[in-house]
Amino acid sequence: MSQPVNYNDRPWLDPEAEPFIKVQSVSKHFGDFTAVDSVDLEIYKGELFSLLGGSGCGKTTLLRMLAGFETPSSGSIVIDGVNMNNVPPYERPVNMMFQSYALFPHMTVENNVAYGLKRDGVARSEIDRRVADMLSMVELTQFAKRKPHQLSGGQRQRVALARALVKQPKVLLLDEPLGALDKRLRDQTQYELMNIQERLGVTFVVVTHDQEEAMTLSTRIAVMDAGRFMQIGTPTEIYEFPNSRLVAEFIGNANMFEGRVTENGPDHVAIEGKNPKCDFYIDHGMSIAEGTKVWIALRPEKIRISKEKPANGGINSVRGMVHDIGYLGGTSTYRVQVGDGHLVEITSTNQSRPKDVNPPIDWDEEVFLHWEPSSSVVLTK
Amino acid sequence: MSVPAETVLPAGQSLGFRLRRRLLYLVQHHWRGLVLVIPFGWLLIFFLAPFFIVLKISVAEAIIASPPFTPMIDWVSDGIMHVRIVIDNYAYLWEDDLYVNTYLNSIKISTISTILCLLLGYPIAYAIVRSSHTTKHILLMLIILPFWTSFLLRVYAWMGILADQGLINDFIRWLGYEPIRLLYTQTAVYIGIVYTYVPFMILPLYANMEKLDWELLEAAADLGARPMTTFFTITLPMTLPGIIAGSLLVFIPATGEYVIPDLLGGGNVLMIGRVLYNEFNANVDWPVASAVAIALLLVLVLPMMLYQHIQGKQVEGK
Repeated sequence: MSQPVNYNDRPWLDPEAEPFIKVQSVSKHFGDFTAVDSVDLEIYKGELFSLLGGSGCGKTTLLRMLAGFETPSSGSIVIDGVNMNNVPPYERPVNMMFQSYALFPHMTVENNVAYGLKRDGVARSEIDRRVADMLSMVELTQFAKRKPHQLSGGQRQRVALARALVKQPKVLLLDEPLGALDKRLRDQTQYELMNIQERLGVTFVVVTHDQEEAMTLSTRIAVMDAGRFMQIGTPTEIYEFPNSRLVAEFIGNANMFEGRVTENGPDHVAIEGKNPKCDFYIDHGMSIAEGTKVWIALRPEKIRISKEKPANGGINSVRGMVHDIGYLGGTSTYRVQVGDGHLVEITSTNQSRPKDVNPPIDWDEEVFLHWEPSSSVVLTK
Repeated sequence: MSVPAETVLPAGQSLGFRLRRRLLYLVQHHWRGLVLVIPFGWLLIFFLAPFFIVLKISVAEAIIASPPFTPMIDWVSDGIMHVRIVIDNYAYLWEDDLYVNTYLNSIKISTISTILCLLLGYPIAYAIVRSSHTTKHILLMLIILPFWTSFLLRVYAWMGILADQGLINDFIRWLGYEPIRLLYTQTAVYIGIVYTYVPFMILPLYANMEKLDWELLEAAADLGARPMTTFFTITLPMTLPGIIAGSLLVFIPATGEYVIPDLLGGGNVLMIGRVLYNEFNANVDWPVASAVAIALLLVLVLPMMLYQHIQGKQVEGK
């Protein structure tokens, strides 16, 4: 912690940085339904910020309020120092890439991209130049004269991106940008998006329900549920230190154990597990009153599985029976039954070779699971 | 499944059997084509046949007889056939200012009516599409409701409203102004046509707008288009097929309209339907009347072909 922090990559840590987008206690009600419930959010310039949550969590409503398609029922949205509450969408310094892409079907690719520039009264030659630049960036130059229905899904996605970026917005809003693409194209486009964002330095706000997408793309993620933010942080923070069961379970897989704090030491806590009955010892800084009922989250890849009993005397270790093995090529997923019917998921990389002396772990075998004192996270809500 | 076309039949099988076999083959292999027999048959009996009868009469001469026109084919004697085609009727239409002017007036009235229907129908259709689910159904019902009353009755009702002693003039008098002449004027004809045909504009427009992706309008706004610009660059081009369909549904019947100009326009507004009526009934000149009808058809076929062309392009576009 003694090294100076490089704020360029993490502006949210810089106490002097001024947030670029400020969402101040914004709520949105549709009749009786509260889509967004008094949220606060600060996004900094050049960030690639993700709003992550299941359907109906309010993430799209929040994005639409940033774009100006919905007005907040209360609270205010400030972009680059200007209160946006009474600014119509066509005067906001933001552009949006729609989930459906919303390409104009009666216009060619070229005219779709040029549409925004024409509205700003940019000179014809300037429009031609910028559209050509943008199309070459998304590698669609030879498709300039085509209509959207003559393009593939991936190509349409790139037209939508080009159309939203050509006006050089201060903020680009992306609604499920990769949602309509197949897996292979998604992975590829994901990195393209990151490169473009880095190159242009535009602030991206991405709405997604796909946690993997959010993890790869984002500088920071806000996990939303029922119109509120559950946690805001970097992908690592959210994955390694989720602040609630909901976040832990939403981001990646997590094994949950119920327990009670038995010892609250200066640099560790000890917890007695309820099912399975085992002792947890956690050594990263936290302080929880003795007797508190807590949950312990343990990521599948942080558990080691072996056929030999570990030497550490039963702490952070449990015995179980292999219930299922999922072979995924590079990794294997084991589901091990511990205690009273509780299934624990373990992921381990496959390092064994066919000619190994030790036979691999098999179905219905007795195994031992163990983990490091720093591996688990204690959750109180 | 398939029955070969020419099955080798054992000798001695009856003709009836072979015929049935043949029919079965036709049904099994060409049933898709057979389905088309119904619409094509319909068109043949109720459109093409009458059309040729009228065409035939239009090239005959009027005589005082029953029927009141000369036959096309005379058998002179010894198998000599005399075919008589008179194109005088068409020349007559062209030479007489009355007919040319009536055609032009009909087209003028139906064009202006179509534009008025569009200006009135477009916002109505837009409002219906944009309203909530329940309101939408009520509004659509209200558009269709007038059709439940006789058309003639509704036109008579307008006579009562527009007459010198009618509702409107009573109101004007009550306000203390001079009454105005409405009935038996061109204005009355416009009111009647727009009133009658505006649903035919609204319904195709509604059907078209219902399919419009409203996200496109948001996308346009997002890219900096003000509402007016969005309307002219996105909404209008996207609803053009609806505008064309509605316009044709108004323009075509309005051009040949007879009842409205007769009842609301009196003798002051000449439209082609009225001329046709006069030629048939007052003058008993069936050939000229038929020529008028054929010429009208030509006038109307042109916009229809235009529509077909645009629709064809639309399908191709998808």
